[in-house]
Amino acid sequence: MRLSCPFCGPRDSAEFTILGDAGVTRPDPDAPDAPAAFFEAVYLRDNPAGPHREYWYHGAGCRQWLVVGRDTVTHEIFDVTLARRP
Amino acid sequence: MSGYRLPGGGAIDRTRPLGFSFDGRPFQGYAGDTLASALLAEGVGLVARSFKYHRPRGVVTAGSEEPNALVELRTGARREPNTKATTVEIYDGLKAASQNRWPSLGFDVGAVNSLLSPVFVAGFYYKTFMWPAAFWEKVYEPAIRKAAGLGRGAGLPDPDLYEKANAFCDVLVIGGGPAGLAAALAAGRSGARTILADEDFLFGGRLNAERLEIAEKAGADWAAEAVAELASLPHVTLMPRTTVFGVYDGETYAALERVADHLAVPPPHQPRQRLWRIQARQSVLAAGAIERPLVFGGNDRPGVMSAAAVRAYLNRFAVAPGRRAAVFTTGDDGWKTVADLIEAGVEIAAVIDARTGIAHDHEALAAAHDIRLFAGAVVTGTRGGRALHAVQIRDAGGGTRTIACDLLAVAGGWNPNVALSTHLGGKPEWRADIAGFVPGPALPPGMAVAGACAGRMNLGDCLADGFRLGAAATGTTPPEAPETGPDATTATPLWRIAGTRGKCFVDFQHDVTDRDVALAAREGFRSVEHLKRYTTLGMATDQGKTANLNGHALMAALTGRGIAETGTTRFRPPYVPVAIGALAGPHRGPDFKPTRLTAAHGFSAEMGAVFTEAGQWLRPQYYPRPGESDWLESVTREVKAVRGDVGICDVSTLGRIEIQGPDARHLLDLAYCNMFSTLAVGRARYGVMLREDGFVMDDGTTARLGPEHFVMSTTTANAARVMQHLDFLRQVLRPEWDVQCASATEHWAMFAVAGPRSRALLQDLLGDAFDVAGLPHMGAAEFRWGRARVRLFRLSFSGERAYEIAVPARFGQALMRRICDLGATPYGTEALGVMRIEKGHVSGPELNGQTTAADLGLGRMMSKKKDFIGRVLAGRPGLCDPARPALVGLKPVDRGRRLRGGGHFLRPGAAPVIANAEGHVTSAAYSPGLGHWIALGLLAHGPSRHGETMLVHDPLRDGDTLVEICDPVFLDPEGSRLHA
Repeated sequence: MRLSCPFCGPRDSAEFTILGDAGVTRPDPDAPDAPAAFFEAVYLRDNPAGPHREYWYHGAGCRQWLVVGRDTVTHEIFDVTLARRP
Repeated sequence: MSGYRLPGGGAIDRTRPLGFSFDGRPFQGYAGDTLASALLAEGVGLVARSFKYHRPRGVVTAGSEEPNALVELRTGARREPNTKATTVEIYDGLKAASQNRWPSLGFDVGAVNSLLSPVFVAGFYYKTFMWPAAFWEKVYEPAIRKAAGLGRGAGLPDPDLYEKANAFCDVLVIGGGPAGLAAALAAGRSGARTILADEDFLFGGRLNAERLEIAEKAGADWAAEAVAELASLPHVTLMPRTTVFGVYDGETYAALERVADHLAVPPPHQPRQRLWRIQARQSVLAAGAIERPLVFGGNDRPGVMSAAAVRAYLNRFAVAPGRRAAVFTTGDDGWKTVADLIEAGVEIAAVIDARTGIAHDHEALAAAHDIRLFAGAVVTGTRGGRALHAVQIRDAGGGTRTIACDLLAVAGGWNPNVALSTHLGGKPEWRADIAGFVPGPALPPGMAVAGACAGRMNLGDCLADGFRLGAAATGTTPPEAPETGPDATTATPLWRIAGTRGKCFVDFQHDVTDRDVALAAREGFRSVEHLKRYTTLGMATDQGKTANLNGHALMAALTGRGIAETGTTRFRPPYVPVAIGALAGPHRGPDFKPTRLTAAHGFSAEMGAVFTEAGQWLRPQYYPRPGESDWLESVTREVKAVRGDVGICDVSTLGRIEIQGPDARHLLDLAYCNMFSTLAVGRARYGVMLREDGFVMDDGTTARLGPEHFVMSTTTANAARVMQHLDFLRQVLRPEWDVQCASATEHWAMFAVAGPRSRALLQDLLGDAFDVAGLPHMGAAEFRWGRARVRLFRLSFSGERAYEIAVPARFGQALMRRICDLGATPYGTEALGVMRIEKGHVSGPELNGQTTAADLGLGRMMSKKKDFIGRVLAGRPGLCDPARPALVGLKPVDRGRRLRGGGHFLRPGAAPVIANAEGHVTSAAYSPGLGHWIALGLLAHGPSRHGETMLVHDPLRDGDTLVEICDPVFLDPEGSRLHA
């Protein structure tokens, strides 16, 4: 499998590390429901069969965190963007 | 069977005879022979014994689909089991041996299994060896493994090299037969980067095996010319002896090149095999087709051979596999074998054609050569022991005849070789007109299928297909395909022959018969996937290349379904067995992973250090000196030197991360559970980092070298993970912050200089460059010293007055040498460990990913004034429970006893069951200062239990030890030595 890094171009997947669902945002730690929100953010994950957005880290390249749109069934990669929004 | 070499012809070099041996008997073949062709030429028909019934077996095919002729190759450390004699190129001195037989191939005691075959049916093992369960591992399995099975591994380290390589191309053509050659020509002529890979050592595929005509030339000559043209094209790479065995995501293909398998020993500096990872924009699968056997009684007897293989042996290898042949065919294909046998001058005893209407020219051919023709007839059995003597046939009228022959060529039709088209989940489609499965529409991205593999079974179509798809892959116009001679292939499928005698094999390699398939159907294992697992059909090393369709067709008939409806299994990589050594490549032994050496590694080696692995790093473990009897004596000396004088330890492996920017302090506050924004410039602080789930991730010290400049230390093990974590925090969680991180681990050499004399030594070393005495505890400074930039930190892991001095890596070795010249004793990770245990400092065994800051006695470090990663979930009730195992110290009640890590805590008298375990011992060391062993552990309610006696249960080693629970700081709890 290869990922097309916005900086480095198409690179072998061995250069990257996956973290998981890029849809998860870190909850507000000061909100009254913070414990429940953090529990959900840390432990509860969907496991969709189909399109999925994931965090990947190009550790053996530009060291950037990326958001990869990937189909978990066909392994098709439809886009790769920088996680750091411009 | 008594094969012989034909007087002329063939693609062998008769000027280069090669000597080889089989089961110790010397034989001779020629360059260009496979082991199978050479053995057949020498009249050897019996080459193997079957897997389960130990049936005598001979060569059935002429390619990598061979199910029978598996042999052991070479001897000693190079012995390799289960190689297919049909693909092994012979070389001078080759030693081959039969396998799975005892005491000899001719007389095999295991053949008694054949008489017991009513017992050895499908599911036999599951049903028979169920009880008693304890017998399975000790009695049944060893006995079964001894009796059944294939060859033996060498049992010695492989002396050869294996390589990995990458290739990139526009078009990868898989298979060098007519379709593949045409595709490669079309792609190559357009200037596209083209790779043509074929598992054979000779390109041409069936063109070498048949007497075909292209452009009024012999097919083999046309192939040779095509190969010559391809070799002359600058962007074309020819890869013979290379099997493309897997298709993976991202247009990635795996291939195995047998670089030196055809030589006795690889040439110097050459690998035995090379594993290729090929990136191909487009691929053309031209893998051809495999002739299927027919299912009749005794169809596995040596002498029964694929009719297409007979043609390959006659035409390519100039070998007649027998002296008196019969041909059993279900279509026109077998008639090619008839013609070739006639051409080669081999006597033909009979042609048995299962069809009733036989084309006039076939009849005429038989008549012209006075060959007995049985139309509408079938073979019902074979006679002979270890070689075929006769076949029994049932003619159109139902009469039975026996025909003496030593070779039976069987033409059952062709199965397109769809394996690679299914590796990414593609489903083959049934084509009734060719009675075979072809690749379905869901092909791997970029793949097109050409020729016989796509079900186009005659030569003209194969060439046209190859030219068309090779051109399409490069966006060019296809060249005009040359004229070809006649090449009709029709097959009327015949899945099972009724009323036959003896065992009818479906899967030769796994000894699966038609009765096993019937049993599976009766017992409800009717899906092809269940059939496969119940009978092991298609589960041998050949993955059922010749067997699957016959098995599935039998199941279809037994369950009253069509073949399309019954379906077929999909293939998984690898297409052919690949040695683990090839997959590992050069990454074995010490080269399994990269080895990282510190800048001062050479000096430590000079000092006689024993090194230990820490991830990829090699670290000095201890420095034995002459006269010291064991490691403990060396370590004790090193600890005493640090505690009494001064020592130096290479700590360059700790991760170092430079953090700069106006928001650097905010990043540290977020990453660490304790406060860093309040840290003064020129000071360092110990920090603990949590994961978001509230457990400890890493620890280390971070120093502030400037208002916007920090340098962080991580543990050796977590350096890369912490770097990734910091990048996540600043890029994903806080992209608005202005802060940069860079790994500087490799750039600095760092040494701990510890002991009462450390300050004096460093002052001697640095002279006027720096006032060492002016650096307070937890102070940090950066200054120039001659040509070097130096960072000096006053930190202590050992509990002594200590410093960490860092210089650019290129000065590291010189610095360590200088410090040792000034009298410091080098110490390694063992002494470091002893001293940190004496001080109750946590390290890897305590930072195990399952401990919280509170568990480690660091709970008060968690700031209440700021947000940090892990804050919310560290506050979960379960993680604040005082019953959680927490850090304690341990002393053996009998001070003479040794303590070891790993033992579980039990109350004295409690039963040694896991429910009674109250924690475990994490780290243990012999304390030279205290004169006995000490340890750290994690014990439920630990901090409130000092003074209690517990049992450490360690059934695997020293048994049980009574210990006294105590404070984890064994030495100098007031820290007076630190400030001395």
